[in-house]
Amino acid sequence: MKGYLGIDIGSISTKGVVIDENLEIVASEYLWTEGDPMAAVKRLLKVLENQLKDKDIKIVSVGTTGSARKLIGVMTNASVVKNEITAHAVGTTTLHPDVSTIFEIGGQDSKIIIIENGYVVDYAMNTLCAAGTGSFLSSQAHRLGVSVEEFGEIALRSKHPTNIAARCTVFAESDLVHKAQIGHSKEDIIAGLCKAVVTNYLNNIGKGKKFNPPIVFQGGVSKNVGVKKAFEDAVGHEVIVDKNGHLMGAFGVAVLAKNSGIEKDFSFDVADIEFKTTGFDCPKCANHCEIVCVFKDNKLIDAWGNKCDNGAVKIS
Amino acid sequence: MNNEILACFPQWGSYSCAFRYLFENGFGVKYLTPPPITKNTIDLGSKNSPDYVCTPFKYCLGCHIEALNNGANCLMQIYGSCRLNYYGELEEKILKDMGYNFNFFNMAEINFKSPKSIMNHLKIVNPNMSILKVASALPTTIGIIKTIDKMEDYIRKNVGFEVNKNEMENIFNEFKQKLDKTYSHKEYKKLKKEYLKKLYSVKIDKPKRPIRVGFVGDYYTVQEPFSNYFIEKELENMGIEVHREMNLTNTIINSKYKKVRKISKKYAKFNIGATANYTVAEALKYAKNGLDGIIHVKCFGCTPEINAQTILQNISKDHKVPILYFSFDSQTSETGVKTRLEAFYDMLKAKKK
Repeated sequence: MKGYLGIDIGSISTKGVVIDENLEIVASEYLWTEGDPMAAVKRLLKVLENQLKDKDIKIVSVGTTGSARKLIGVMTNASVVKNEITAHAVGTTTLHPDVSTIFEIGGQDSKIIIIENGYVVDYAMNTLCAAGTGSFLSSQAHRLGVSVEEFGEIALRSKHPTNIAARCTVFAESDLVHKAQIGHSKEDIIAGLCKAVVTNYLNNIGKGKKFNPPIVFQGGVSKNVGVKKAFEDAVGHEVIVDKNGHLMGAFGVAVLAKNSGIEKDFSFDVADIEFKTTGFDCPKCANHCEIVCVFKDNKLIDAWGNKCDNGAVKIS
Repeated sequence: MNNEILACFPQWGSYSCAFRYLFENGFGVKYLTPPPITKNTIDLGSKNSPDYVCTPFKYCLGCHIEALNNGANCLMQIYGSCRLNYYGELEEKILKDMGYNFNFFNMAEINFKSPKSIMNHLKIVNPNMSILKVASALPTTIGIIKTIDKMEDYIRKNVGFEVNKNEMENIFNEFKQKLDKTYSHKEYKKLKKEYLKKLYSVKIDKPKRPIRVGFVGDYYTVQEPFSNYFIEKELENMGIEVHREMNLTNTIINSKYKKVRKISKKYAKFNIGATANYTVAEALKYAKNGLDGIIHVKCFGCTPEINAQTILQNISKDHKVPILYFSFDSQTSETGVKTRLEAFYDMLKAKKK
């Protein structure tokens, strides 16, 4: 049967999903990007290949999304390279056709997508700062000596969440240290943090928007039941967390790859080919564009980053 | 040191050809066309500006430093009803502290009620200037500005549908190059006729109902393409008809301010600062005319546009038109801008179907 691979390479985590022609997920993996998207994708492909071993699936099309979508798109010979907003919307509306509002909190970004009759009608994404996203939660978990996975459970035990400044991560952090030093319990502080994340999200990303149910909450942080509960308390509606909520971007772009109708050769051998990138500052004008060249087995296959034709790199 | 006066006004869209005409033919001084804005310009500007000043100031300062390094010795700055009013004074001080020597024509210092004050300030540019000559060069200068605005407006709406890529841009660039060598009204008239004709005859293949997007925002960011990361160009390349009314013609030459206040009255009872009422009126007009989406840009910390932004949210709700907001600083990530634009385009396209 034909299979479609979707890869979502975020700043913190890399997600991969293989779907079959009936849009069923037949293989999936979630792992850390660790600052090296190409190595992460190689590890990801190894795992997916293993999961597909006994299944009769041939991948005919690849889609990539996330902040490293272009680079990985070149690497995997993708037929679709799509921004993460569209990918997430497509993924969620495929699984939950009646959804009206999507809350999304990832490693370093957060977004809200408003949907009417299956179409995106409005969206917003965090701008300059990563306050209230996954990386903030995980660094605070580390500070409190708990793992981010148990964060949510601990938060649920709290009866009186501590008030923690929500506007800015730096303020939140100093507030947190202060509250801990004057004797607030860990549960209360953790529940307060979850609340702060939600307040921050609704004030910044959700400003001026209406949250109509059904609401789906996804992205890595959606696995945190404490944040989910804080969302429900704040908006007064049930918030749905899909069991594949953390894979939604990858799933969405796999669906887009399937819908594109473009089929391109793909083999898991990509994981064994050597890819290398080099960057240099183009000296030809004062813009000093940072140009990135991608090499496959030491052969230049693509380059980008130039603002004008002077900096165009010729690919032989 | 030679005594020749070399004037320069900061880079601002495509208007340098008009300013050149005014200075060379009116004031009788040489004009330095500022070098195109690059990363170097904004780096220079940021390095020597207070951190929290609005981004256009950094662009203007960077541009002035580059101009001084290229030999300019007479700089100028305009005024406005926001922090722009302090630009000139602050720029002059910073540049003098840096050790540069130049004359500075700061329009904010002119008392426009006193002809004497006006004269004295004009003489900063050239002590030997003739007011008659300046006056006689003005109609052509205004004509050039209007023609540039007219052409750019046409290009924004049609370039996305060109049959042969880059044709319009090449024609427009050629026109600007020729304008830079024009010294009389007659020459300009001839050029105008010739190039408008050329522009209108470029073959386009436009669908009946293309995606149309309105582009609004603060006076500088919306007009200077480098400072908004070439959003207009990105949109045009996606095959979108771009509408933008904020330009010199509509704000100063044929000021529509009274009309603007009337249109925006329902949403903005008062003057909300600088050109923010224009932003509201334009957005409202686009929404009423059924444009598919609106993009609002501002420089980081622009207070009047922050006022406008909250009003735009109401317009968006009332007229069901999606609005995408950008706030630019000197350090904004280009990838982030592209991601949001791409998603905006996907959304408009899906809705259109």
